Amino acid sequence: MTGAIYAEGLVKTFGDVRALDGVDLDVPEGTVLGLLGPNGAGKTTAVRVLTTLLRPDSGKAVVAGVDVLRHPNEVRRLIGLSGQFAAVDEYLTGRENLQMVGQLYQMSGRDAKVRAGELLDQFNLADAADRPAKTYSGGMRRRLDLAAALVVRPPVMFMDEPTTGLDPRNRLGLWDVIQDLVAGGTTLLLTTQYLEEADRLAHDICVIDHGKVIARGTSDQLKARTGGERVEVVVHERERLTEATEVLRGFGKGETKVEDHMRQITVPVTGGAKLLAEVIRELDSRGIEIDDIGLRRPTLDDVFISLTGHVAELKEDAV
Amino acid sequence: MTAVSATPTATPQPRNAVIRSARDSLVVAKRNLIRMMRIPEVVIFGLVQPIMFVVLFSYVFGGSMKVGGTTDPGVYREFLMAGIFAQTVTFATAGAGAGIADDMHKGLVDRFRSLPMARGAVLTGRTLADLVQTTLTVIVLAIVALIVGWRVHEGIPKALGGFALLLLLGYAFSWIGALIGLTVRTPEAATSGGLIWLFPLTFISNAFVDSSQMTPWLRHLADWNPFSATVQACRQLFGNPGVSQSPAWPMQHPVWASLIWSIVIIVVFRTLAVRKYRHATS
Repeated sequence: MTGAIYAEGLVKTFGDVRALDGVDLDVPEGTVLGLLGPNGAGKTTAVRVLTTLLRPDSGKAVVAGVDVLRHPNEVRRLIGLSGQFAAVDEYLTGRENLQMVGQLYQMSGRDAKVRAGELLDQFNLADAADRPAKTYSGGMRRRLDLAAALVVRPPVMFMDEPTTGLDPRNRLGLWDVIQDLVAGGTTLLLTTQYLEEADRLAHDICVIDHGKVIARGTSDQLKARTGGERVEVVVHERERLTEATEVLRGFGKGETKVEDHMRQITVPVTGGAKLLAEVIRELDSRGIEIDDIGLRRPTLDDVFISLTGHVAELKEDAV
Repeated sequence: MTAVSATPTATPQPRNAVIRSARDSLVVAKRNLIRMMRIPEVVIFGLVQPIMFVVLFSYVFGGSMKVGGTTDPGVYREFLMAGIFAQTVTFATAGAGAGIADDMHKGLVDRFRSLPMARGAVLTGRTLADLVQTTLTVIVLAIVALIVGWRVHEGIPKALGGFALLLLLGYAFSWIGALIGLTVRTPEAATSGGLIWLFPLTFISNAFVDSSQMTPWLRHLADWNPFSATVQACRQLFGNPGVSQSPAWPMQHPVWASLIWSIVIIVVFRTLAVRKYRHATS
């Protein structure tokens, strides 16, 4: 039995660019897959293929048990798509937008009207329901776009960079909405450039770069691949740097890294907060003054850099 | 299949394909009409332009144009109106093109293409909405024409037939606009791309001058121009002066020629546009 979203060997080329270069995906029902990668990595192309918008050159895709290439219209009944650009008609009101989408999902006019009302309440848009979407803030538009994707309560959802361009408050708000949705049993594929977002929302993460999946696993598994926790210390006086490095080397489980100009020492450790307390006591007993000390755990940024050799922000030409 | 049964979706109503297509088209047409009402500038400019043409052509060219053996400006004004009507309806091309390019640009086409709706409905809905707008424009223009002295002389039923041919031509041209909009992808390019070729098309015709005065190769082009057929048909049906005596078949049978041209344009450009839409990428 394959998952609610399943893809095997997807290839799509645009001219010389292999936007998808043999992508396999398997998202079990009721879970969230985060598709993580820089601009131009192939995330959007993957979503476009899975949502019937683009035919791949080769490969196989099954969504909610239906073959995407053979029965695209069946798939369209079962999915909701929320895009990178809030795809709502800005001259229509929020209510008109949702009613139109409902009717185009083949609901009756009356059902579409009722459903639009429910969604406007649920997404906190009731007050603005009869204003053209043009007057909405960025966050409101994004919520309306998401509501439009949920008109038929689809079992499978695709969200292409749902929070790109939103301010932190709206991003948090949208995360809550997405988490509620998943708690209700929806299977979700989410693309994002924000490592924090994948970390927070996704059960599994696929890291994609140049059209290929270069790593997959849970957030913790990916972080474990990058290495464990480490202690970072910034010493107040440069003269004490060597001495402090000796102390840290005693606690460390690996190579100690010293950045002279920043008076910073980093050393991999095991033992967590308890060990950190010991380090502080030891430095203190020697009278070494410190500006900063902390226990750092690897972020998905670190994961990304260690996997791809570059940071997770790149070309502007999203494919 | 468990994924499907686990979460019930809102019951989609099974429908016959033709009914579904018609219903989806009407839903999209309604959406475009709401937009038009909320952006009245577009409709107003769409009206000002043909009115300006009527006034400019009637009073600047009238008097120096020879139609039916006379330079009487009153005769030219009556002659001119069929040409202006036809030119006005074909300007729907730019509206359809810009509208669809805008939908592509804003990602709405992606939304529509991800919905289980009839394939051609986004484009049909758009062209139907443009037809409504064109009808309004033609009504206003007819009133202005009556004011400057244009009359119908062959009775109301024939005149209505002439207007029906004009609207059919406008509808056909909005499909050309749809294809342009899907091809160029930006509203600005679609507006100019939808208008530029209309100038030679409408000028190398019998719309504003008596085509029998043109050099022979231009006259042949003008006689076989789809646009000329509708203009000629309208002059006949309205009983206006300056009906071409050319032996070319479309000039001898302008009503049939107009119908055939419009239907051929619709069939060809609708097919091309719907195919393009199915593979559209924004």
